[in-house]
Amino acid sequence: MTTIPSIRMPVRPARLASLDAAEREEQARALSRSVRLSVLEMIEHAGLGHIGGDFSVTDILATLFSSVLHVRPQEHDWPERDRFILSKGHAAAALYAALAHSGFFPVSALGTFMDPLSMLNGHPNRNKVLGIETNTGPLGHGLPVAVGCAIASELSPQPWRTYVVLGDGELQEGSNWEAIMTAAHRRLGTLTAVVDRNRLQQGARTEDTNSLEPLADKWRAFGWEVHEVDGHDHAALYEVFSLAPGERPRCVIAHTVKGKGVSFIEDRVEWHHKVPSREQVEQARKELEA
Amino acid sequence: MTAVQESAPTFDNRQAFAEELIRLARQDPRIVAVCNDSVGSSNLGAFQKEFPDRLINVGIAEQDMVGVGAGLANGGFIPFVCAAGPFLTGRALEQIKADVAYSNFHVVLCAMSPGMAYGELGPTHHSIEDFAWIGALDNMTIVVPADPQQTREAVAWAASTDKPVYLRVGRFKVPAVTPPDVTFELGRAVTLREGGDVTLIGTGTTVSRALEAADLLAAQGFEARVLNMATVKPLDEAAVLAAARETGRVVTAEEATTRGGLGSMVAHVLAVNHPTPMRTLGVTEFAPTGSAAYLLEHFHLTARGIADAALELLR
Ligand SMILES: Cc1ncc(C[n+]2csc(CCOP(=O)(O)OP(=O)(O)O)c2C)c(N)n1
Repeated sequence: MTTIPSIRMPVRPARLASLDAAEREEQARALSRSVRLSVLEMIEHAGLGHIGGDFSVTDILATLFSSVLHVRPQEHDWPERDRFILSKGHAAAALYAALAHSGFFPVSALGTFMDPLSMLNGHPNRNKVLGIETNTGPLGHGLPVAVGCAIASELSPQPWRTYVVLGDGELQEGSNWEAIMTAAHRRLGTLTAVVDRNRLQQGARTEDTNSLEPLADKWRAFGWEVHEVDGHDHAALYEVFSLAPGERPRCVIAHTVKGKGVSFIEDRVEWHHKVPSREQVEQARKELEA
Repeated sequence: MTAVQESAPTFDNRQAFAEELIRLARQDPRIVAVCNDSVGSSNLGAFQKEFPDRLINVGIAEQDMVGVGAGLANGGFIPFVCAAGPFLTGRALEQIKADVAYSNFHVVLCAMSPGMAYGELGPTHHSIEDFAWIGALDNMTIVVPADPQQTREAVAWAASTDKPVYLRVGRFKVPAVTPPDVTFELGRAVTLREGGDVTLIGTGTTVSRALEAADLLAAQGFEARVLNMATVKPLDEAAVLAAARETGRVVTAEEATTRGGLGSMVAHVLAVNHPTPMRTLGVTEFAPTGSAAYLLEHFHLTARGIADAALELLR
């Protein structure tokens, strides 16, 4: 039997290691707030979108983009950049807002979300939007591509890290479990998969549809290192995302609340892709600005 | 502008689909529904309420869903496997080929919100390759009802056959186009309008647009025949050949890619038997961002677009 050697990663320090914890947290918090407010406007403008899943994943995206990912917004195809893939592509609005507020493209472009001929489609398109690594939208595609990115990293002279965010409902797709096996078999220590564990999917709770638990044990049994964190705690997210690459691929189960940040949207299945009314937008804005 | 546009009420075919499925399920305990976290988008809420045990929601797992459908058919049930078109077909294509078509199981694959219905959600969510993909599979039929009456009849037919069926259930609002005395018959085109100058062939959402196009052509003195090709496979070759012989020009319009879809199938029949000037309208590339209505304009799948294609042939 051959074992595939794991290549020792030079430990690249987390991007904002120079800042103190309070400063980093403040940056992530500020980005989260900007993202949520932009998403609200985008969805109101388009009359379409996936607000629940956007707000669920916002703090994860904000932590990654504000202080973890080594990326260069002015040089989006920098070969050594860390790779980030949003596998739950229906949360495109949150990703677009995170990219724009991080300098990949003008924030004003967010106002064209889903307009005719806009670059901002309902699902991310790498050929149109700077900072998108691969097209997503059909669930169950991000992790296999991320595994490929991590293998490419091992084969490259200047390695990078790969982060991928998955919906929990999305884990019902079998393609993920194929990729989970490949990543463990190849000991892809530079790969981090983040599960946005909000316990809701499109039509119902995950545990009432096709249950996932015991989720951490499943990843562990498949050969991954598993961490569980509060997916809205920027400091906790930073800590686990900035751990040096280990011996095995790492899964971060981020416990989240779908619709986090707006009381009447939080943890309600109908807000998977419901669009708020004018009054609801006002109410939501108040809560987000508070 | 035209009679159809101005006055006719429009319908969501998913409604007729759900009502008929429930009616049949009350009579036949073998009918079950299988879906992928799509109870709402497949309009199966009422079915679930009435038959909770007969609604199998496997979650976001389309390959599993189609395999489960095949197993249910093996066990004597009549599964209606429902999911958004792109994920049902693209995601589970090999299951559709091996487990359903090759095994020749009576599974009804129901592609919800097909074509460009999910406009702004983009090409990943547009089900436009399905005619080509499913059309290539032996044993499969492709049924595309144009309006609620035809949807009800097609659902009843699909339950009663013993073949694999691919049923496209549109959510685009469409007017009623089928004369009350015409019933759905597999492989039989419905002639909605007679004419000798050109034939317009539509399927699903493009049928009413072809009728409107015929109005536009009539205003310019041309008589267009309009066929509703509610079965894309097996194609009504006799109707296609008669149309070609009698009108000399054929335009096809489909909410699907022109590569391998209805237009290609019609072109094949004509090229082999009776070469005829043709225009094939459909989706020609991954769509830009835009609503379904916008994209139909973009790809000339409007009454005007169909009429213009016909005029090119008539000039
Ligand atoms: C292959 C595939 N099947 C179905 C869908 C339709 N769909 C879009 S989002 C969604 C639910 C996703 O749930 P989850 O992954 O838990 O995301 P979240 O709750 O975080 O939004 C579904 C079923 C899809 N996009 N892709």
